Amino acid sequence: MNSNKVLDAKGLACPMPIVRTKKAMEELESGQVLEVHATDKGAKNDLTAWAKSGGHELIEDREEDGVLMFWIKKG
Amino acid sequence: MSVRPMNAKEVANKVINKEAFFILDVRNESDFADWKIEGEQIEYYNIPYFELLDGVEEILDKVPTDKEVLVVCAKEGSSMMVAEMLSGQGLTVAYLAGGMKAWSEHLEPIKVGDLKDGGELYQFVRLGKGCLSYMAVSNGEAAIIDATRMTDVYLTFADEIGATITHVFDTHLHADHISGGRTIAEATGATYWLPPKDATEVVFKYEPLEGGMDVSIGNTTINIHALYSPGHTIGSTSFVIDEKYLLSGDILFIDSIGRPDLAGMAEDWVADLRNSLYKRYRELSEELVVLPAHFMIIDEINDDGSVSEKLGTLFEKNHGLNIEDEQEFRKMVTENLPPQPNAYQEIRETNMGKVTPDEDKQREMEIGPNRCAVR
Repeated sequence: MNSNKVLDAKGLACPMPIVRTKKAMEELESGQVLEVHATDKGAKNDLTAWAKSGGHELIEDREEDGVLMFWIKKG
Repeated sequence: MSVRPMNAKEVANKVINKEAFFILDVRNESDFADWKIEGEQIEYYNIPYFELLDGVEEILDKVPTDKEVLVVCAKEGSSMMVAEMLSGQGLTVAYLAGGMKAWSEHLEPIKVGDLKDGGELYQFVRLGKGCLSYMAVSNGEAAIIDATRMTDVYLTFADEIGATITHVFDTHLHADHISGGRTIAEATGATYWLPPKDATEVVFKYEPLEGGMDVSIGNTTINIHALYSPGHTIGSTSFVIDEKYLLSGDILFIDSIGRPDLAGMAEDWVADLRNSLYKRYRELSEELVVLPAHFMIIDEINDDGSVSEKLGTLFEKNHGLNIEDEQEFRKMVTENLPPQPNAYQEIRETNMGKVTPDEDKQREMEIGPNRCAVR
């Protein structure tokens, strides 16, 4: 899946993955896609809820070798 | 102003003492709706921490400024962040050390009574999960019933009171929490007992716990009498200790009764459940003090923090013990049941020894409320 920017949030504990995601998202244009890699188990729940509340779209998420990967389209 | 960590023990004391306090829960709305710190006098406000990244100004009118606010999240990190932001606004703030994870794992030992010749019975209340476990002590020997996976708590407690753990029991194969029974038995050399009908698939050694069996603790023979009481599971066994206490496992609770569906056998086990509750228990002394393996709602907790009630009182007041019509009873325990406990299948397999998840995984499997009862 294509993304305009990749954020490496691996090894960061809550709340940092969301804090960094928010910051990275601010640098994107509406419609662009941010790819986030995280290892914090809570990230899935939180990113899903955060994207929804911010009007963004979580296009896809999957897990590879313990790394949670998300593709979020800026709203 | 700096923020202070408040540990789970302090929160437990506040809950038990029915203190009024304010919780700002910064987890997702769905997590908060599913499971939270409960207490009679707690006021809550829930807003996810990620709504507050730009500042806490918008919630200042939602939290009290004249008393301490406890900020709670899943693990700790985001509550710490929000607590610091609130503190920066001049509020008095604490955060829950270790988050809901620590709350879920906290055990509060409470003495429920004396046994013969200096013996004592303790109840370990897991407020965050509703699990209850027990330690009967006599003359330097201890028996543990329905231990949680936080086994250090029991080992340390026994050590502190100078008791050696000689017997460990599980009233049934649990579906809502991971048993610490086997681990304790391995660590202490104690005998581990499990009802054989629940143990057909277990892959470890155990002593078959059967109805009618007596086990004595200490040389003053505190008597632990096993009473076969199937229904929640087919092996479910209750205990009468010292002819005074009825440890009812997941068959009978204070305000509810056990559910028969967690092994997928509701239709088969409902008659056993009825028989255990309406015949077997009816034959016991009404003076027995019922000590269940769970509580469901905070109202079931007594003023001293323990969960117990006389059997006679439950025969009068517990709705599940007062359904005359068998069909109506069958309907209640097989239809419209509450959601099943989180990961209950995996938990059963863990308790059978078939799978051995790491500690993080075990913690995750147990998260959330216990749901072993029907009301």
